[in-house]
Amino acid sequence: MKNYLLVDIGSTFTKLTAVDLEKEEIIATAKAITTVEKDVLIGYERALGKLRKKIGEEIIFDKVKACSSAAGGLKMVAIGLVEALTTEAARRVCLGAGAKVELVLSHNLNQHEIKQIEDKNIDIILLAGGANGGNKKTVIHNAQQLAQSKITAPIVFAGNKDATDEIEVILSEAGKEYYVCENVMPRLNVLNIQSAKQQIKDIFVKNIVEAKGIKKIEKIVKDGIIPTPNAVLTAAELLSTGTETETGLGDIMLADVGGATTDVYSMGEGLPTQMNAILSGLEEPYAKRTVEGDLGMRYSSLGILDAFTAAEISHWKSQDVDIVHEAHKRHDDIEFISETDMDYVADDIFAGKCVEVAVSRHVGTLNGVYTPMGVMYYQTGKDLTNTNYFIGTGGVVISSKDAKAILKNSLKSPTRPMELRPQNPIFLLDKTYVLSAMGLLSTDYPDIALRMMKKYLIEL
Amino acid sequence: MKTIVIGVIGADVHAVGNKIIEYTLTKAGYNVVNVGVLSSQEDFIDAAIETSASLIIVSSLYGHGELDCRGMRDKCLEAGLDDILLYVGGNIVVGKQDFSEVEKRFKEMGFDRVYPPGIKIEDVLDTIEKDLGGI
Repeated sequence: MKNYLLVDIGSTFTKLTAVDLEKEEIIATAKAITTVEKDVLIGYERALGKLRKKIGEEIIFDKVKACSSAAGGLKMVAIGLVEALTTEAARRVCLGAGAKVELVLSHNLNQHEIKQIEDKNIDIILLAGGANGGNKKTVIHNAQQLAQSKITAPIVFAGNKDATDEIEVILSEAGKEYYVCENVMPRLNVLNIQSAKQQIKDIFVKNIVEAKGIKKIEKIVKDGIIPTPNAVLTAAELLSTGTETETGLGDIMLADVGGATTDVYSMGEGLPTQMNAILSGLEEPYAKRTVEGDLGMRYSSLGILDAFTAAEISHWKSQDVDIVHEAHKRHDDIEFISETDMDYVADDIFAGKCVEVAVSRHVGTLNGVYTPMGVMYYQTGKDLTNTNYFIGTGGVVISSKDAKAILKNSLKSPTRPMELRPQNPIFLLDKTYVLSAMGLLSTDYPDIALRMMKKYLIEL
Repeated sequence: MKTIVIGVIGADVHAVGNKIIEYTLTKAGYNVVNVGVLSSQEDFIDAAIETSASLIIVSSLYGHGELDCRGMRDKCLEAGLDDILLYVGGNIVVGKQDFSEVEKRFKEMGFDRVYPPGIKIEDVLDTIEKDLGGI
């Protein structure tokens, strides 16, 4: 018998999943409040105690693996040259690495912007700018500004390769911790995520874990601790593409409605599905993640409120649901736990709105142009109309009586005709947070992780 | 190696000439960045900034070039492309107009060189080399 223990140190809960690799089963799950401020091990031990109690018999784990989003997760700054090109490429790399992008900056950095970086308590800075062989003046200027600042966060340089030598001199003379990666946009509109993403993950494993007070758990966890969204992305990508022996599900999407943010993931090329559409703009990543900081069930519930139109608010009022009051109630008491029927009704409405708006911002759009050859469309972003499966997760979705109704807000709708939203996906629910756990397992046992995901995602 | 940004501006989908220009300029030894058909002024300008281009060649074959090109020089200046050269060519206006008039209008809009219909890209290679001071 071989058992793995998979640990997800979240901002609120430390979640444990015990897996039997031979039976390909989850033996048990347990959670306890995360205790990063004092000692992360306290929360871990508490959860482990609960887990052992559930299992009943003595259990030995062959390996413990962990991911973390505790203590604010991984906070990053993305710096590029032009907003729509290297800046956007840098932002996508940060999101793809599982980061929270605190600041997005472009062109020549000024002292105000440097001050913003200094004040934000950033974990890693991603410095891009210029295609290879292109502009290097700006990225060198920005390296100089960073060099002269008080910033101590590691700097990942992933800009114009021609500027590498100069930038290395600037940053090393200033005593900054820096790393050189491949350009995030080596040629115009070509996105190159992998190199910088891997570097960010390595830095997280090496440095950030210590800064976040979760270092102590490294005694137990053999492999490095990775950011949780990174584990989820790995899992989702595996679920989509499959392995040599086990087929994947093809194009899939995932929405995770949390307390502070709503994250949307899409796996797929997203190429145009209609003949008269032409792709424009920066290339999209196969595994794409977007994070909406203004859409969350607690901290960000007032952001959801802003997304409701006056007509919608009065519609719900006529159904005896006071949207405004309910939003404030959740925002003012972030530890609020739904109890009454009305609480659950309002939760579902809010979660639906989160899904609706977050998907809007994630999917590509069409823009019609009238040409002498008839109407043509520019497609910006991914066409996700043919998404096979749409997976929902996050506390509010899991505990809802009608999760499918919440997730249906992701669908193509006549009110948003130009958005390339999924048309007819099968809805799945990740009730056991199997994705982050399987993301961790997948680096060792991809086939087992894939089969277990298929098994534990529940069709709605 | 000098970088040249090329593309077809506006709601114009004429792709063949665009490919010929890309092929010819690449063969002549330039680093060609092709933003393709249906491109906006911003697409050209963003590409020129990121690639440190010396020249933008705008093609327009459907007659609306004058509308599409308006304000492009100003946008280049705004974007910090102070020294960028701008060429335009194709069927850049509607109907049969006196070309010297057309050329004058486009030069007033800030284009450095304006080409009438029927001019081949290979006929312009010498001018490009001279304007850029090399390949």
